[in-house]
Amino acid sequence: MAASAAEATPAPEAGGRNHGLWIFLIWLPTAVLADVLLYFVYGPHMPPGTMSDSAASQQFDIKVMSVLAAPVMIFVLVYAIYSFTVWRHREGDEEDGPALYGHARIQATWITATAVIVLFLAGFGSYELAWPGFAGAGAGEGPSPVWKPAHGTPIQVQVIGQQWRFTYRYPQFGGFESPDLYLPVGVPVQFNVTSLDVIHDFWAYQLGVKADANPGVNNVAYTTPKNVGAFTVRCDELCGLWHGAMTNQGQVVSVAAFQAWAQKTETQLASITALLPPYATVYDPTVVPNINKAMAKAGIAGANGYYYPPNDPVQP
Amino acid sequence: MSLPARVATLTVAFLAVVAVAVFVVVHYFLGGPPSVDFTSGVTAETGANVNVVMQEDPQNTVSTHPDWVSYFIQDPTTKQWEHTTTFKVPAGSVVNMTILGYDGCTPLRNPVFGKVTGTIGSVEYVNGKPITQLDSWSACNVGHTFSIPGIGLNVPMATPSLSESGTNAFCGTSPCTTASLHRTMTFSFHTPKTVGSYFWQCRVPCGGGFVDGFGGPMQTIGFMTGNMEVVS
Repeated sequence: MAASAAEATPAPEAGGRNHGLWIFLIWLPTAVLADVLLYFVYGPHMPPGTMSDSAASQQFDIKVMSVLAAPVMIFVLVYAIYSFTVWRHREGDEEDGPALYGHARIQATWITATAVIVLFLAGFGSYELAWPGFAGAGAGEGPSPVWKPAHGTPIQVQVIGQQWRFTYRYPQFGGFESPDLYLPVGVPVQFNVTSLDVIHDFWAYQLGVKADANPGVNNVAYTTPKNVGAFTVRCDELCGLWHGAMTNQGQVVSVAAFQAWAQKTETQLASITALLPPYATVYDPTVVPNINKAMAKAGIAGANGYYYPPNDPVQP
Repeated sequence: MSLPARVATLTVAFLAVVAVAVFVVVHYFLGGPPSVDFTSGVTAETGANVNVVMQEDPQNTVSTHPDWVSYFIQDPTTKQWEHTTTFKVPAGSVVNMTILGYDGCTPLRNPVFGKVTGTIGSVEYVNGKPITQLDSWSACNVGHTFSIPGIGLNVPMATPSLSESGTNAFCGTSPCTTASLHRTMTFSFHTPKTVGSYFWQCRVPCGGGFVDGFGGPMQTIGFMTGNMEVVS
C-alpha cells in the first residue's frame, strides 16, 4: 500500500536545513557552468574536429552527449561529497534514519523524465545517423546506401584494403590506383570501400569517415570536406602483424589543385593502370586471368587460375 | 594449513606468475632474429653509402619451418648469410641494395605493386637491365617484393624461369649460392632522416598453405617481413 506523499516525504528537521534544496542549489550552477565550458570552450576542440560535414556533425553529437552527461556526473559527485560531509556519522548518534516509503509523485516524475530522455536520445541518434544533409554520418552504409548526397556529383574514390596498405582508385580519372589520397574541398566524396584479403577498416579520422573494408563487399560512405589540410587514415580492424602500421596521410586540397593532381597522376600511372583489372566495385584476387599460360611459360605447374589450388590455403 | 605453509604456497605461486610474465616478455617481446648492422665504419652524415645484400629463397633449411619462403641478409663483415630480416642503417644515407632472387613466381594480389616506387630514379636493375614495372599477371615474373611503406618504397623481385635453364628445380638448400638459378636485383634508396624502425614486407601472397597466402612466413619477422632500423 503506497503511503501518502505527506507520510513519505521526510520533513526537514525542525530548524534544520532542507538537504534536497541545498544539493540542488550546489548542483545547478555547477552543472550549468560545466555545460557552458564544455559546449563553448572545449566543444570546438572536441574530436574529430570540423574538417568535413560528417566530422562536424560527429563533434556536435559528442558535444550534446557531454552536455547531457556532465550534469549527471556532477550530481553524483555533489551528492557523494554532501553525504560524506553533512550526513556523516557523528559520535554518539546511534539512531536509525527515518523510514522511507513509496512516493507516487517522485516515481511518476522519474519514469516520465527517464522516458523522455530515452525517447529524445533515440530520435536524436536516429536523426544524427542520417545527417548531415541526409547523406549519412560518415559511416559505411553497405553496397546500397539509403542516404546519399542530395546535391552535386560525388567524387568517386575506391578504398582498397590489403595487408598492410590502403590504396585508392579514382574511376573518374581513368581508374588509376595510388597510395596517395587527395580530395577536393567542398565537393561530396563517395568512398567505395573494399578489401583484397582480410577485413580492414578505413578510418579517415579528421573527416569523420569510418567504414569496414570487407573482401567481396562494396561498403559506401559519404562526406564533404569543408577545410583544406591533412588528415590521418588508419586501419581500425586488427588485420595481422603490421596492422598498427597500416596508416597514411590524406590531403584535402582546392578543387583546382585536386584536378591538377588527378590529371598528372593519371598520366604518370598510365602504364601500371593498364595492368590493373577493369574498375569494379569488388575484386576477386584469387582469380588471375591467363595465369595458367603465364605459369606454363615459366615452367611451373599451373595453379588452375588461382594462386593456389582450391583446397589451398587450408582454412583453419 | 599452518602459517609457514600458507606463506610458502603464496610465495611459490607469486614467483610462478612472475616467471611466466618474464618468460612472455623475454620470449615474445624482446626475442626475435638478430639485427645485421650496416652502420659500422660508416659515418651517419648525409650522403653516406651502405651496401646491403640480401637473398630470397624458395625455402629455408635453417629453421624449424623448412617449407617457408624466406629472406636472408649477408653480414657485411663476415660475409655470412644470416637468417634474419632486420638490419640497421644510418639516417640520411643511401642504401645500395642487392637482392638475389632464387624463388619462382607467384602473381601479386594487387598488380599495382608491380611498379617500382621510392628508389632513386624510380628504377631497379634486374641482371643489370633497368626495370620500372613488372606485370606479374601476364608473365608470372614476380617472386616477391621488397616494400617499405613508411618511405613509399616498393620493388618487385623478378624471378628466374625454369624453362630457360634446362634444370627442373630451384635452389633446394638455404642459404642459396649463386650457382643456383637466380636473378640479381639492384636498386638504391635514401633512408629517412628521422630515426626509428621502419617495417618492410613482401606483398606477394607467398605464404602457401595459409589463409589468403598471407600467413606463416608473411606474418613472421625473420622470414618475409622485418624491420629497417634507422639510427643516427
